[in-house]
Amino acid sequence: MHNQVIGKPISRVDGRAKVTGKAKYAAEFTAPDLLHGVVVSSTITKGRITHIDTGDALALDGVVKVFTHQNRPKLAWFDMSYKDLDAPPGSPFRPLHNDRIKYNGQPVALVVAETFEQARYAASLVKIEYAQEPHETDLQHHLDTARKPASGLASLLKPPPPKARGNFDKAFTEAPVQLSTGYVHGFEHHNPMELFSSTVVYGKDGKLTIYDKTQGAPNSQFYVSQVFNIPFRDVRVVSPYVGGGFGSGLRPQYQLFLAVMAARELKQSVRVSLTRQQMFTFGHRPATVQHIDLGAQPDGTLDALRHAATAETSRFEDYIEVVVNWSGALYKAPNAQFDYNVVPLDQYTPLDMRAPGGVTGMSAIECAMDELSYKLGMDPLELRLKNYTEEDPNEKRPFSSKQLRACYQQAAERFGWTKRSPEPRSMREGHTLIGWGMATGVWDANQLPARAEAVLTVNGKLRVSSATADIGTGTYTIMTQIAADTLGLPLEDVLFRLGDTDMPLAPFQGGSLTAGTVGSAVKIVCEDLGKELLKLARKMPNSPFAKAKFDDVFFVEKQMRLKADPSVRIDLQTLVDQNGGRAIRTTATSMTNSLKQGKYTRYAHSAVFVEVQVDEDLGTVKVTRAVTAVAAGRILNPKTARSQIIGGMVWGISKALEEETVMDHRYGRFMNHNLAEYHVPVCADIHELDVLFVEEHDDVVNPLGVKGVGEIGIVGMPAAIANAIFHATGKRVHELPITLDKLM
Amino acid sequence: MKPFQYLRPTGVDAAVRDLTAQPDAAKFIAGGTNLIDLMKEHVEQPTTLVDINRLPLATVEELEDGGLRLGALVTNADTAYHPLVEQRYPLLSKAILAGASAQLRNMATNGGNLFQRTRCYYFYDTSMPCNKRHSGPSQGPAGCGALHGYNRIHAILGTESADGNVHCIATHPSDMCVALAALEAVVRVSGPQGERTIPIADFHRLPGDTPQHDNTLRPGELVTAIDLPANGFSHYNSYLKLRDRASYAFALVSVAAALELERSDASGDQISAARLAMGGVAHKPWRKTEAEALLVGQRPTPDVFGRAADALLDGAQGYGHNTFKIELAKRAIVRALSQAAKLEPTE
Ligand SMILES: Cc1cc2nc3c(=O)[nH]c(=O)nc-3n(C[C@H](O)[C@H](O)[C@H](O)COP(=O)(O)OP(=O)(O)OC[C@H]3O[C@@H](n4cnc5c(N)ncnc54)[C@H](O)[C@@H]3O)c2cc1C
Ligand code: SF4
Repeated sequence: MHNQVIGKPISRVDGRAKVTGKAKYAAEFTAPDLLHGVVVSSTITKGRITHIDTGDALALDGVVKVFTHQNRPKLAWFDMSYKDLDAPPGSPFRPLHNDRIKYNGQPVALVVAETFEQARYAASLVKIEYAQEPHETDLQHHLDTARKPASGLASLLKPPPPKARGNFDKAFTEAPVQLSTGYVHGFEHHNPMELFSSTVVYGKDGKLTIYDKTQGAPNSQFYVSQVFNIPFRDVRVVSPYVGGGFGSGLRPQYQLFLAVMAARELKQSVRVSLTRQQMFTFGHRPATVQHIDLGAQPDGTLDALRHAATAETSRFEDYIEVVVNWSGALYKAPNAQFDYNVVPLDQYTPLDMRAPGGVTGMSAIECAMDELSYKLGMDPLELRLKNYTEEDPNEKRPFSSKQLRACYQQAAERFGWTKRSPEPRSMREGHTLIGWGMATGVWDANQLPARAEAVLTVNGKLRVSSATADIGTGTYTIMTQIAADTLGLPLEDVLFRLGDTDMPLAPFQGGSLTAGTVGSAVKIVCEDLGKELLKLARKMPNSPFAKAKFDDVFFVEKQMRLKADPSVRIDLQTLVDQNGGRAIRTTATSMTNSLKQGKYTRYAHSAVFVEVQVDEDLGTVKVTRAVTAVAAGRILNPKTARSQIIGGMVWGISKALEEETVMDHRYGRFMNHNLAEYHVPVCADIHELDVLFVEEHDDVVNPLGVKGVGEIGIVGMPAAIANAIFHATGKRVHELPITLDKLM
Repeated sequence: MKPFQYLRPTGVDAAVRDLTAQPDAAKFIAGGTNLIDLMKEHVEQPTTLVDINRLPLATVEELEDGGLRLGALVTNADTAYHPLVEQRYPLLSKAILAGASAQLRNMATNGGNLFQRTRCYYFYDTSMPCNKRHSGPSQGPAGCGALHGYNRIHAILGTESADGNVHCIATHPSDMCVALAALEAVVRVSGPQGERTIPIADFHRLPGDTPQHDNTLRPGELVTAIDLPANGFSHYNSYLKLRDRASYAFALVSVAAALELERSDASGDQISAARLAMGGVAHKPWRKTEAEALLVGQRPTPDVFGRAADALLDGAQGYGHNTFKIELAKRAIVRALSQAAKLEPTE
């Protein structure tokens, strides 16, 4: 492949459509006679619905129907049918299933009307009476009920805690320097800008075309097909643009179920959009409590490491994330022990949220390492380097590549780390305490199988498609780049499309695996198309390519050329003509090389250095400067990749300083459920953010050598900030977010 | 939201008449930045909206006594950036610009800002108990959800009613009004009984046992303007706002500090006049002339400022999540006064 555009900072190919409003989102598609559904949410946390009065709602003009558990259609009976492709073990939540209330904000009715305004007003008139039962929602008060999570298919991508190694108890007791610490994180909600919406277009023959907000159209199709017992071919899910996902779209949300149910019952097209408040009524990043014990030699060598985490889950599903494994993979510690438990509570099942588990676990271990560095009187970076490992101690296998050392070096140098004065509270200007902190980031580099289709059109243009998603990451752009370079075409001659179940199957967009996964499929399908082109060339009379094999040719400037003699060349357009003027089409599947990949641990790494300013009296914190160096294999597009890392860093600031959904446990209800009171950073919170990509070659992760950059940017950031705050103030805050009251 | 009738009068009298026709069911609407949110949440359910944007109340005028009249319909943005406000009342400019976002300030009006309702989470959620919202079953259950609940943003002062009970610990969320309190602005209103003026200190009220009422306006009254007295304390002033992010968040605690300094002798300055008001701590902008009196005649030092802070915060009480505000408020007052006296830089 001649890299003309791969590795270049190409601007988003979909950027123009997005800023001009041409890009259409799920709630913007319409249909003749579209009906509008508005969801009524439960106001209690646990109990039963004893009475529903829909009279006032139904009496309003334009109201078509109010669906409740009492009049919903008969649906699939078994739990199995409600399991989407990302469902954790358990028994999935079924909207309008029966009179039981399982969590606060649960959908209890859908009001369908001719206009959105009518539906919205009518929804406020549905009167629901409940018989309340006592609920439990507070993780910290129910730690005694913690238990091992059930394991299921999910553990394929989310391995259980590593096996213990050595003898932790003995090593910890005997260690000359010991640290025992703990960290508490609250709930967080994804809150993408785009509200969850489904527009279900009801076809003449009862076939459904569904415009859905999802990170995986095939998952929505699968779910609808199972629950409503409709053949796949009669359910098409389309989702060309997604206004942010962050994991919230990994599972179909209840508006999809409700919209499909209503459309089928009413035999009419229906749209259901959730409100911002309702965006707080499904998956979230779970609250967690973590404990870490470290035992070290005076020179910093870790002898003993224990990392234990307890997270909340719902009563109906065991959500799991990988929280404790990272510490064991990052640091040698010959004696180590890991534990991960869940506490089922009366709330909705948590859901993967940007670097799920990774940012949680790494925040704890990297703050603990910082605490240890002060106990040892050692530079925090030195301590990391002292315990650096070239082999994954959890699995006792090498890393497919690990340029973390280079990340540390390059980021430290850019930041000016050597000028740091080690004592806490030793750097100040007036009331302003200045602190420098650092931390490490780690994230998975997984690959899954995926399919793609490539078509060289009669005009010599390339159209490539795969049913993946672009949740704002830049997928459209990098896939276009890969396809363009593989077949030697300019970007403007390549059209990549995604987000449609009529396209070849691909996994949902999540876990930073799309670049490697779908990218590989795009590369392979374009190569297959190239092979077809070569066949055509060979068949031409007196063809100079007659004896050429695929390895003997390359593609550049809309031509196929012989490597041995590049003056031997043929226009792709000529080859289309050679095909009788018909388009040339190929489909391919990229498989993972499990045999090869299984021998390695495949991670992306990062090093983060942060400067904070803390007002000594008022406790306000400003992150004035942050440098992140990332080793994530090959960077396909430094511009979109940098945006991903910066987005992650901003979210790291959010997690460290601002973000938390606060529940009033007396009611089991989230209280700050709107964007005025659920704080995420605004522009004024963001100062200098610097991103470095460290060169890293990896031919194990996938054929492209890319590791994905969607999540690594957030992982190390919260700990680096918390550590900088300690350096500034001498105060170690064990509960995120670090708001000003905790520093006064 | 509930369907409503929409009227668009062009004169003050007509607007007052439209409202008086249905005193319980009609509301004025100006920028709509607060009212429409509350209607969507069903916290407010007017059946008539009287849009006042066509009334001739959108000017800033100089007064004969050297003061300035700010029309009720002048936007917060236009007020903050008005050259006369910037020059003569920089404290007001700073306070307005510390609030909301540029987009909101472009819509929000001076009149509407006075009436913005509390940001108490329980007030906003009709399934939660709230005495302030409660006026009937459709407005959700009675009681105060915040009192023993999540009250991080709530009041620490003036919460007790005459009977010693606490019915509401909401705060008035405005930044602008804190500066108006320090500047001793006067609110001009027009109503069924004609015109009257209300000193800003008497405009908002404490919750007592009727937290439904945020202010002392009578039914049907319309705010036409806000008058600023001649003295704008334009040399020595500071608006310090502490919040959970650097912009676009309501104040946890805010301080409007304004001083006049006189050179008393060779060794330094003496405070000859002082104004001090706080936001985020009570149901109204919190000001006590006793606290200001402690400053007058003194040298501007942190100790003196601390004593004024103690006086202003006398009787402060925390309710759990918001207890930190008592200490934070004290430090904020000292800092704001130091900034006003130019002993400390402002950000
Ligand atoms: C997300 C968000 C963040 C915000 N942050 C801040 C902040 O940090 N600081 C801050 O101070 N403010 C903040 N605000 C509030 C904002 O300042 C107010 O919403 C605005 O000032 C209200 O003005 P308006 O003209 O839009 O009022 P409207 O919404 O039109 O009206 C509000 C109320 O005032 C009444 N009213 C309006 N004009 C008159 C009049 N002339 N006479 C009698 N009654 C009248 C209406 O009947 C209504 O009840 C924020 C608002 C939002 C939405
Ligand atoms: S503090 Fe006031 S506004 Fe908030 S719940 Fe209590 S009564 Fe309602």
